[in-house]
Parts: sequence; structure tokens; C-alpha cells
Amino acid sequence: MHPVIRTILQRLGLGLVTLFVVSLILFSSIEFLPGDFGQAVLGQAALPETVEAFRNELGLNLPVHERYFNWLGGILTGDMGNSFSGRGSSGGADRSRPVIELLAPRLANTLFLASMAAIISVPLALFLGITAALYRNTIYDRTVNALTLTTISFPEFFVAYLLILGLSSFTKIFPSLANISPDAAFWERVYLTALPALTLTLVIVAHMMRMTRAAIINLMASPYIEMAELKGASKSEIILRHALPNAWAPIVTVIAFNLAYLVVGVVVVEVVFVYPGVGQLMVDAVTTRDVPVVQGCAMIFAATYILLNLFADVISIITNPRLLHPR
Amino acid sequence: MSTERSGQKGDILLDMRNIVIDGYSDDRWHEIVKGVDVTLKRGEIMGLIGESGAGKSTLGLAAMGFARPGCRLTSGTIMFDGIDLMKTSEEDKRALRGSRIAYVAQSAAASFNPAHTLLAQTVEATVRRSIKTEDEAKADARKLYRDLQLPNPDLIGDRYPHQVSGGQLQRVMTAMAMSPRPDLIIFDEPTTALDVTTQVEVLASMRKIVEQFNTAAIYITHDLAVVAQMADVIKVLRYGETIEDADTRSMLSHPEKEYTKSLWSVRSIEKPEEVSNDIVLRVDHVDASYTGSAKVLDDVSIDVPRGQTVAIVGESGSGKSTAARAITGLLPPSKGQILFNGKPLPPTLKERSVDQLQKIQMIYQMADTAMNPRHTVRDIIGRPLEFYLGLRGAERDRRLMELVEMIELNESFIDRLPAELSGGQKQRICIARALAAGPELIICDEVTSALDQIVQKGILELLLRLQKELGLTYIFITHDIATVKAISDQIVVMLEGRVVEQGMKSEILEPPYPDYTKLLLSSVPEMDPDWLTGLLKERAAEGASGV
Amino acid sequence: MNPEDDMNPSTAAELADQGYSAADEVGMIKARRTTLENVWRGLKTAPPTAIFGLIVITTYVFFALFAPLLAPFGEAEIFPMSYAPWSDEFMFGTDQLGRDVLSRLIYGARNTVGIAFVTTLFAFVIGGGLGITAAINNNSWLDNLLSRSVDVLMAIPSLIFALILLSMFGANTLNLIIIIAVLDSTRVFRIARAVSLNVVVMDYVEAAKLRGEKLFWILYREILPNIMPPLVAEFGLRFCFVFLTIAALSFLGVGIQPPTADWGSMVRETAGLIQFAEYDFTAAMTPMLPAAAIALLTVAVNFVVDWFLHKSSGLKD
Repeated sequence: MHPVIRTILQRLGLGLVTLFVVSLILFSSIEFLPGDFGQAVLGQAALPETVEAFRNELGLNLPVHERYFNWLGGILTGDMGNSFSGRGSSGGADRSRPVIELLAPRLANTLFLASMAAIISVPLALFLGITAALYRNTIYDRTVNALTLTTISFPEFFVAYLLILGLSSFTKIFPSLANISPDAAFWERVYLTALPALTLTLVIVAHMMRMTRAAIINLMASPYIEMAELKGASKSEIILRHALPNAWAPIVTVIAFNLAYLVVGVVVVEVVFVYPGVGQLMVDAVTTRDVPVVQGCAMIFAATYILLNLFADVISIITNPRLLHPR
Repeated sequence: MSTERSGQKGDILLDMRNIVIDGYSDDRWHEIVKGVDVTLKRGEIMGLIGESGAGKSTLGLAAMGFARPGCRLTSGTIMFDGIDLMKTSEEDKRALRGSRIAYVAQSAAASFNPAHTLLAQTVEATVRRSIKTEDEAKADARKLYRDLQLPNPDLIGDRYPHQVSGGQLQRVMTAMAMSPRPDLIIFDEPTTALDVTTQVEVLASMRKIVEQFNTAAIYITHDLAVVAQMADVIKVLRYGETIEDADTRSMLSHPEKEYTKSLWSVRSIEKPEEVSNDIVLRVDHVDASYTGSAKVLDDVSIDVPRGQTVAIVGESGSGKSTAARAITGLLPPSKGQILFNGKPLPPTLKERSVDQLQKIQMIYQMADTAMNPRHTVRDIIGRPLEFYLGLRGAERDRRLMELVEMIELNESFIDRLPAELSGGQKQRICIARALAAGPELIICDEVTSALDQIVQKGILELLLRLQKELGLTYIFITHDIATVKAISDQIVVMLEGRVVEQGMKSEILEPPYPDYTKLLLSSVPEMDPDWLTGLLKERAAEGASGV
Repeated sequence: MNPEDDMNPSTAAELADQGYSAADEVGMIKARRTTLENVWRGLKTAPPTAIFGLIVITTYVFFALFAPLLAPFGEAEIFPMSYAPWSDEFMFGTDQLGRDVLSRLIYGARNTVGIAFVTTLFAFVIGGGLGITAAINNNSWLDNLLSRSVDVLMAIPSLIFALILLSMFGANTLNLIIIIAVLDSTRVFRIARAVSLNVVVMDYVEAAKLRGEKLFWILYREILPNIMPPLVAEFGLRFCFVFLTIAALSFLGVGIQPPTADWGSMVRETAGLIQFAEYDFTAAMTPMLPAAAIALLTVAVNFVVDWFLHKSSGLKD
């Protein structure tokens, strides 16, 4: 089997194993809840029978491994159980909703936000990073460096509030709350999502630009680049013919890594702008210790993160000449 | 066809006057090359020799008008075929590079772009300057590969750099330099990283092709015997200044300056061999391998008599260093055993007693990496004294001073860090560290290979003296036959993990030789300009007669 | 040197006659300077950003250490007017419970920075110790076990993982420190292992092993002194990351809990005032103050670390 295919399969396998372990960790989060949480969720006045029924519904009286496989099977088929919130207390109706129902629309929103941020930030960051590396130590490079260093030091909520003050409170260009309703038109969505996307973009561009710059500088220090210079290649020839074919791997790794970072950044941004996405859902669920929702959101985030890293790995494998053309 | 080339053989091609080159380190500029003149005629080969730090590489690059980052061409003139490279624009200089002046780097593996085929890189510069069309250039490249005796010359160009061996890459790089038919090629230590047997083939190919196309060349190296084969004239550099200039035969027969004379001196030591029957270490039919893979040691048996030096010779991959690792316990044998003073040694390091560890000491090739850069000489020599002998305080310091004097240094060295010592001084400290433990056997792993000639001599002298005074036994691992002649009593020849031959020095170094030993010994360049020609004739004759 | 010298000298004494002696060899002598001299030299050549960073850091440390002496009021002292405007008495007004914002800002320096620092230290001891040990025993079962575990732990983004664990174990300061320290130690493990691997292949480490030195000696005396520069830089970077993560978690409400004065929580508590920006600018600035305090320190540390990395990599620009 061609080494490239073999390596890719190995990575896929590793990714699956990681997902599996992550699921174990998430599953065990139920195990650590204090014994009387059933009482806490349903309220003090709940009858013992209700609490017992609740525990049975969650399968807490089954042996561990059975529970795990039930849960895993559920996740894979989209049944993540019901949210703890809305559970009827003391005789009231059970208005809890299936987690999947809560997640699905929010997932769509978060993906929309992340995509907007990605579309703007990736080309911008690549351009800034590559040019800064090529014009190293000029005023341009130094300025861009200082600016990005500053931006990555800011907490996301700080950037968010600065943008709100600048583009919303005083200038009224964009709204500060992103109240997206499910049937909003496309351009209306874009308008409402603009500020959160901009916040994310600023943070991501800074990280990506710095990493790209470092990767290119590293590449340009290789001996074969010097050799190309000694053969009389011009600067553009060196960059396009010699550096670029070797640059895909590091650049794609940088992009994938930062897109994975988007997954994290999205949480704070959604909270600040009250954007109805998975991040905000998760934070709320954590605060109320709504475990099924936390599990569901966490699985989504973890899976995305792992997939993106896997993608980066695969790209750097298929662009590695040593693996493409084995001995 | 280069339309710019004119002129006959014998015309002056390169005339560099009063070149000063500075390097930037430690926050300021220092002079690396301090006013050197270089004159080269068309078709002439100049050997540029000197020790590391002499400035040879920097000077070679300057012939192309190029300075590495951190260096600058401060002053002087560089006249290449009537053009002053110090005064030309970067663009014009670029036009000359790769077409009229070419460069062959020391490390071929690092100098090739892993993303392109060898053929594409070979013809790149030629096609760029429209010296030939792409098809012409490729056909010509394949012919060059054939002339350079590469295997599969028609197909090797389609391979990628990592698919091809070091010696082959070096030849492809030579083809790449030759492709545009330059006026001048600068060879920067091209065979230094190669095995002795590969080196012979590469040297022969290079010389043939340079003569064939009447190209001028600057051949940079620190190996005198190699330069004797290649060069018409030799220039000796030291600390950025010219020591001596002469044509090859004159310089070899009557060198004028002391320094030049001293460069020859290692080859004059020869230890009279001794016989002894008291075996201090016996390696008994040992096999070893790294986890699961092929055997790196295959039925190896070596006897080391007390008070003598056993030299283990071989090329890279022969297993000589691996044998050392087995003896010290870093690589436990999978079969066989190792006996010290008649008693078997536990195979792994962990199982050995402090006493056993103490008696066998090791000195490494690169003194730079053998000493912790953050420890002073006092720490380095003092630690074994504390650890093995339990000495502390004044007692320890006294013993330390004794050791320092034994290695021919003085007390001003005790509080220095390794960065403040020269190469030879560092190796001496490593010797003192080994002596501090009070060993019976010292394994010297290529300890002089990384040193300059005259320093090597000093170290070998020291080791011989210590052996006599303290009754030490040495296992000396090396690939350099001259060193072997200088200090060994017995010789063990290894190839691919097996012992090919073993015996007293006088036996091994006299004919008749088994095949590999013959190959190894005959591949060592001698100080005779006709050596290479003679060797090639001999081997061709043997090949023809089927010997 | 005597021009009539013998062509084949063969003893050290004769070599010495020729003017050669080992002790006279010219080495790469660099003038050795004391640490203090090095620091002073460094400061003189530092770029303005680094100087700015150092001044800011020193100021923060000062406030953190002397908080009780500098703050006008107590950390949790409540006054009967909530959301009071900026005045002479309350320089930055009061928060939603009526506590003086300035005092809480000053105490916040101690709490937020202090907790972040302790957490980073913790992460370093765990991650660094394990990382170096893994490098020393390269490719052993221990190394593989640790590396795989770290890979898995790093497969989940820190913030998310922290959220999960906090929802499991409850959000309080102690849990926060332990969780973040453990999660962040994975990154420290990676870098400690990577830089140690460069050192572990050196012959002097092998020489130490051949001598029979124990693990701790090799770790502490052979490897650690040689990996300090990258570790120190990494400490700065990790501190920033930990600091920002703790602030983010507090901002989300699952970090440091009230009544402890903490900048992240302070932003959350007074965030509602932002919407009054056009009417009462200073009120809108109230949540921005702790946010800016966080940003300023992180910027300062990043500038200093950047300069330090630049110096220690010895780039020839």
C-alpha cells in the first residue's frame, strides 16, 4: 500500500480513537454528579417516585457499560436525551425538550458565524503573514507585528466591547445584539452577524498571520533556498518555484489550527452579542449544570476540533514529497 | 552555448585583490578575511586549504560576489573576466551566478529542493538564461550523469533528492553546476561528508569533467591529500590570511612556511607495536540489534590486551561505534557476552556496579557536545572525582590540579566554560574527565576526527604518553588510516557489523590483503599528485582482467 | 618561530619549541560577563515596546503586592449606592452591589494575577517535570504513555474542556486552579519534551548516564540549565494564556466566584452599563476598565517575551 494512504488511514484511526476517549470522558461527567442531583434538578418538593422515575429514565440504575453503549448509540443516532431544564417539578408537566432539537438550529447559526469569520480572515492573514515574512524587519513588518501582538493579547470580550462602542453605540452602524430569528433573510443575517464575525476575525487574523510569518521565515532559511539564490534565481522565482511547493504543509497546518481555535473563540463572542449559537447554549447549560446539553455541545465542539486537526495532518502528509515519492 | 565566453586557457579569469570580509557576531563586526589576493587562470584548478574558521568558504562565495547573511564584503576588488563584482548591481551579479560561475555546496542533501526532481533542478539555471532549450539541456544533463558515472543515468534525473544516496547527490550537484558550462566552479568541501571509498569515485568523476570542459575551479577543503589529487595550484589560508601560494608539486615537495609544514606532521607519528597476552577485555561472539530490526553486530569477537591500543577501523555503518555501545552497556547483546578481566559484564548499564562503570571510560568525537556548556572545567572533571572516588573540597581540588597538569594545561583553565576553550583544549578536558575516574580501559570514539591536523597530533601524542605512564588500555575507533598507523598495536577491520580482519598492525598493513581491507586502504588519498591517476589505472586493469 | 626548525617534530617538547603549546591555542574566547552585566546590556538595547512592557509588569506587581495599602476601601465593602457615578469619593463609581470599583480593581490585580501566576507555576512543575522525564526516557513505555495521553487531552479545546470539568466538579477557585493547571500542563509537557530531546541526544547526557547518575541529577543539573531560555519564554506565554482563560471563564460566570474581586467577573457584572455609552460615557467605561487592565498586562508580557525570544535566538538581522 502506498505510504501516503497508509499514513492517512493511521491518522484517521487515531482520530477515531481520540473521539472515543473524549466520549468516555464526557460520559463519565454524569458519574461525578453529587448523588442528590436528581432532587436538585426536579426541585425540593419533588416526590421520591418522580425522582426515581427520572433516574430510571436516565438509566442510572443500569450497569455502567450498558449505560455507556446506550448513550453512545444515542449520540450517533441523534438522540442525546432530553435537557434537564423544563423538567417538571412537584407535579408540573415535563416540558423538557430533546437536546437535539435545541442544538440543531444553533449549530447552523454557529457555523454561519464561523464561516463568515473564516472567509474574511484566512486570505487576509495569509497575505499579511507572507508579505511580512518576505519584507522582514521593514517598517511594514514591524508595524504589523506590533499590531498583531497587541490584538492576540486582548481578551475576546474586550475586542467585542470595543467594537460595540466604536461601531454600534456611537456610530450606529451595526446592532450590538445579534437577534437572529430562524426565518431571517440572508443579508439580514449577514448584517446582524457582522460585529461578532468581525470580532472573531480580528482575533484569528492576528494568530494566523504570526504563525504564517514564522513558517515562511523558517522555510526561507533552508539551504536549498540559498542554493537557488546561488544559481541566480530572482526573488520572485525563489518564492514561487522553490519556497511555495514546500510551504503548503506548514500553511495549511496553520489555517486548520486556527480554524480549530475559532471553535473556542466563538463561545465568548456568542455570549457577548447574545448570538443564538452552540457556544451560548453550552455556557448556559454549564451554569445550570444541565448535563445532557453540556454533553451534546461538547461532543460537537470536540468532533469539529478533532476533524480540523485531522484535516491539517492529512494535508501536510499529502504535500510531503518524501511520502509522495517513496524510495 | 555561452556567447560571452572568450579567451584562451592561460588568460586570467578571476583576480581578487585585497579582499576584506567582515562577519557579525557578539554585537559587532569582526574581520573574517583580512586582505587576501586570489588569482586564477582559465582552466586552472586552485586548491584552497585551511582549518575550520580560516575563511575559505567565505572567500569562495565572495568569488561569486555573494556574502551570507551576517557577512559583508567590505573592501577589495573582485575582477571576473573584466567585470568588477564589487561594483556591479545585484541583478547583474545574479545573471552571472548559475550560468558563468557555479557553486557546489558541502551538503548535497540539504541543497536540493525536496519538492522537485533532480533533472528539473539540474537544468533550471541553464534554461533560465536560455543557454540551451529545455530539451537540449535535459539531454545534456543525462550525458553529464553518464560522464559522472551515476547509476541509471537516463532515469536517475526523474528521482527526488531523498531517493538517492549522498555520494550520488554530490555528483548530481556537480552535473547541475556543469550544465550551463560555466567559466568557474567553486567546490565547497564536496567530499568531506562522504566515506573514503565513495570519495575516490566522486573525486575521479569531478576531475574528469572539469578537465573535459576546461573549466576553472576553486576546490575548498581541509584534506591535503584530496587537494593534491585535484589542484594545479594550492593556497593555504589561516585565520583569514594567506600563508603560502604555490603550484601543487612544489608545495608538496618543499613547503616553505612552518604552518604549511605542520599540516603534514600527523602522518609522521608511528607507534612501535607491542605484544601482550594479558587480555583485559574480550568481546565474545556478540550479536546485537536495535529493537527488532536487522543485526548491527554479527558474531563479533575482539580481544583487547592490557596496556595496548586496539584500533577498530571501518566506514559509516560498519558497526565500530555500535561495538563501543555494546561494551559500555548502552546496547545489550542479543547473543554472546563481554568479559572484563575474565568476568562477564552485565549486559545492560543499569545492572552494572559502580566499580564496573568506573573501569571503562569513554571519550567522544565532538568535544562540543560531550561537555555540558553550562558546567565549568572544575565541574566537569570534578564530578567523576566526587562520584567515583568520593573526594571533596581541598582533596578534590588537589587531584583536579594534578589531572589538569597531566593534560598539559594550567590552573587558569579551571573556571572556564567550554565555550571559552579551543577544540584541542576541549578534547583534553574530556581526556582528563575520563582519567579522573581511574579507569583501566578507555574507549576513544573518533576523538581526533573533528580536529585540525596539528591539534590532532598533539592529542595523539598526549594519549600515547598517558598510556605509557599509567598503563592504560585503549580501544581507538576511527576511519582514518593515518591515525591507525600512528597509535595502534592491533587493528580490527569491520564491515557491515562483522569483523573482516583482526591482527597486529604490521600484519594488517602489509599485503596480501583481503578484498575489503584492500579497498579501504587503497582508497585513502596519499600526498602524491599522481596517486589518483595511478589508482584508477590499477583498478581499471583489475576490472579488465577479472581480478 | 625558528625558520631552521626540524621538519618532523615528534614530541610535545619539540612542538613547544616551535611555539606550539596546547595552552596557547586561541579559542573562541568570549568575554565572560556576570548575569547583572548581561541584564544591563540587554536593557540598553531593548526596543521601546519591551521597556514599556517591563514598566507595566512592574507596576502591576507593585499593586498586587501592596493592594491592602493602596486601595481606599475594602474588597467586598458595600456602600448603600449601587451604580454610583464617577466622583471624588468613588473614583470609578460603584458596581451593581455598591462596592467601590477602584478598590476592587486594585484587589483584582492581586487576585486575578496572583491566581493566574500560581496556576502557571503549577502547570510548569507538572508539565515540565514530566516532559523532561519523558525526554530522558525517550521511546520508553513511559514516554509513549505520557505522549499519547497528552495528545488525547489536547484534542479537546481547553476552554471547552474546562467548561465541562467545571460543570462536573463545580466552579470554585480551587477547582479552577487545578483544572486549568492540569489542562495547560499538556502544552508545557510538549515544549519541555521537545527542547529536552535536543539536549538528551548530546553526548554529555550519555556520559552522565554512563557514569551511573540518577534521573533527578540528569534532569536538574544536565538538562534544565540548558533549556532555560525557551522555558522562560514559554512561561511568559503560558501565563498570558492562563490569565486570559481564567478571565474568560470568570466572564462567563464559571470562574472565580464573587465576592472575590476579579477582573473577568467585574466585566460581566457591570457589562450592562455599556448600552448607556451615548448617554453617560464614564458609566460605559466602568466595565471597560477591568477589561483594559487584563489586556494591558497581556500585551506587556507578550512584548517582553517577544524581545526575550529575539535576543536568545541570536538572529542576525
